[in-house]
Amino acid sequence: MKALTEENPDGDYILSADRRPLSALYARNARSVIERGFRVIKSQNWVILISGFFEPVFYLLSLGIGLGGLVGAVAGPGGAPISYAAYIAPALLAVSAMNGAIYDSTWNIFFKMHFGKLYQSMLYTSLGPFDIAVGEIFMALFRGFLYALGFTGVMGLMGLITTPWALLLVPTSVMVAFGFASFGMAITSYMKTFQQMDIITFVMLPMFLFSATFYPLSVYPEPVQWVIQALPLWHGVELMREISIGVFSAATWIHLAYYVVMILIGLAFTTRRLRALFLR
Amino acid sequence: MAGARTVRPPVISARNLVKTYGDVNAVDGISFEVPAGESFGLLGPNGAGKSTTMRMIGGVTQRTSGELSIMGLDPEKQGPEVRAHLGVVPQQDNLDEELRVRDNLIVYGRYFGLSHSYLAQRADELLDFAQLAEKAKARVDSLSGGMKRRLTIARSLINDPRILLLDEPTTGLDPQARHVLWDRLFRLKEQGVTLVLTTHYMDEAEQLCDRLIVVDKGKIMAEGSPSALIREHSSREVLEVRFGTDRNAAVAPQLDGVGERIEVLPDRVLVYTDNGEASLEQIRARQLHPITSLVRRASLEDVFLRLTGRSLID
Repeated sequence: MKALTEENPDGDYILSADRRPLSALYARNARSVIERGFRVIKSQNWVILISGFFEPVFYLLSLGIGLGGLVGAVAGPGGAPISYAAYIAPALLAVSAMNGAIYDSTWNIFFKMHFGKLYQSMLYTSLGPFDIAVGEIFMALFRGFLYALGFTGVMGLMGLITTPWALLLVPTSVMVAFGFASFGMAITSYMKTFQQMDIITFVMLPMFLFSATFYPLSVYPEPVQWVIQALPLWHGVELMREISIGVFSAATWIHLAYYVVMILIGLAFTTRRLRALFLR
Repeated sequence: MAGARTVRPPVISARNLVKTYGDVNAVDGISFEVPAGESFGLLGPNGAGKSTTMRMIGGVTQRTSGELSIMGLDPEKQGPEVRAHLGVVPQQDNLDEELRVRDNLIVYGRYFGLSHSYLAQRADELLDFAQLAEKAKARVDSLSGGMKRRLTIARSLINDPRILLLDEPTTGLDPQARHVLWDRLFRLKEQGVTLVLTTHYMDEAEQLCDRLIVVDKGKIMAEGSPSALIREHSSREVLEVRFGTDRNAAVAPQLDGVGERIEVLPDRVLVYTDNGEASLEQIRARQLHPITSLVRRASLEDVFLRLTGRSLID
C-alpha cells in the first residue's frame, strides 16, 4: 500500500487510455480464467471429472459388442463394410465431446452465474467478458479433450482403429466440443431456474439418439433427413466416422465449415450475452 | 510547480449522473468530485441509488446520461483499464467458493495480470492485514461472516488499488466484527488510499468519512463533512423523550417553545436543542412526564431526518 505524499506524485492519478479496439471487452488475459479452472480441478474430486467419460464407453460396450453381434457388418463411409462397433464408435466419440462440452458450459456455468456470482467478481477486475468466455470455453474443451483421449484409447484397445487418420479423432473432438461449448454458454445465460435447465437435456438426448449415431441417415424419410442434417451433432458424427477409417468426400469440408461457423457465431453470442448480463 | 502541497486533481469526477431502469430514475442527476486520498461517503437509505452509483464508477453499469471520469478515463469505455486501479468490495460477498482462502487472493490477482511471484508475497501480506493468516488453507465456506468480509477487503487490495469502493462494508456484521473492519479501513485511509463507501449507518459514516453526500431517491440532499453537516442541519444536542406510542403526537403541541425544533416520530419525540438537560427540565416544569428520556449529541441520522423527513433505516 502506498504513501501518497512522497512516492506517488499527483500525475500518477491520471491514467492513459488503452486505444486497442474492443479493449472494453477483451483484456488479453483469458489464461488467468483458465488457471483458475485448473486450480479448481486440482482441488476437486476426480470422480466427478471422469464420470462423463464412461457414458459413451458403456454405450460402445453394450451396443457395439452386444447389439453388434446381431447386426454384423454394415456399410461404412465410402461403402466398404465395417463392423457395427467400428461404425458407432466414432459417433459415440462425437457424442462424448458434445457431452463434456455441454456439461461444462451449461450446468457448471449456470451454477457459477446464479449461485457462485463468479462472473460478477471477475468483471470487477481488469478482465473483460470476452476473456471470461474464452477461458471458460477452454476449460470445457479441456474436458472434451480428456474424454476424447480416453475414448480413442478404448477404441484402440477394442481393435477399432485401423488407420493413422484415426489420430485426428482427438483434435476433431476438441473442435466439436468447441462448437457446443461456445453455444452452450450463451444459451445457459438465458436460463433462470433448474426447470429451464432440463430443457437442455430434453434437446440433447434426442439429438444423441437420432443424429445417425446408431444407423445411417438413409433410414429416415427425406424431410426428416433435412432436419437431422441441420443439427450440429450429425455433422460431428459424419466427420468422425470418415476420419476413423480415413475415407473423405466433398461433404467433409461442409462438416468442417459447419463447425467453424458454429464456433464463431457461438463466441460472438456468448460475449454479447455476458456483456448484456453483467455490464448493464 | 513542484510546490510542497499542490491541489490534488480529482480521481473521481461525476457530473449529472443519471441511471434509469424502465421509468424509474435510480440515480437522478448526481454530481460530485473526490480528490485523491479522501475518504468519501454516500449516505442514504436502501434504494437511494448508492449502489447503482458505485456500479457506474466501476464501469459495470452503463449510465443513462451524464459524465463520469475515473482517474481521467471513462469507465464505460475503458472498463478493464479503470478497474485495474480500483478495489471493489461489493455489497454481498462474492468470494470464489471453489477455491481456498489464499488461492482466492492469488487467482483474483491473476485476473489483473499480476505475476505469481508478486502475488505470493502480496497474498501473505494481505492475509496478515486481514488477520486471516492461520486460515490461509481453509475453505471459504468455513469462514464466519466477518472473516469473509475481511477476505473480500483483502482481495480488493490485491492490485494495490488507488481507489477502494466499499458498498455497505459492514452490513450484517455483529458490532465486534464491525469495529475490527473499521480499524482495518482506517489504516488504509491513513496509508492514503482513496476510499469511497456507501452506508446507511450514520456511525460508520461519521467514523470513516472525511466528506459525504446524503442521497435520497437518486438525488443529493446535502454535501459536506459529517461535523459540518450536523452543524448546518441540526442543533448540538438532541433530547429524545417517550410518552408512549399513542400519546407522543398528542403531547407534542405542548412542547412548543422547548428547544429549537421538535420532530415527532411514531415511537418518540426528538427535541433539537443546544442544551438537552435544560430542555428536559423545561418539559418537566410543564408537568409533562416522559416515560424515558435521553440526551445525546446530534448525529447524521438527525441530518437525514431533517432533510428528508424520514429515518435512514426503515
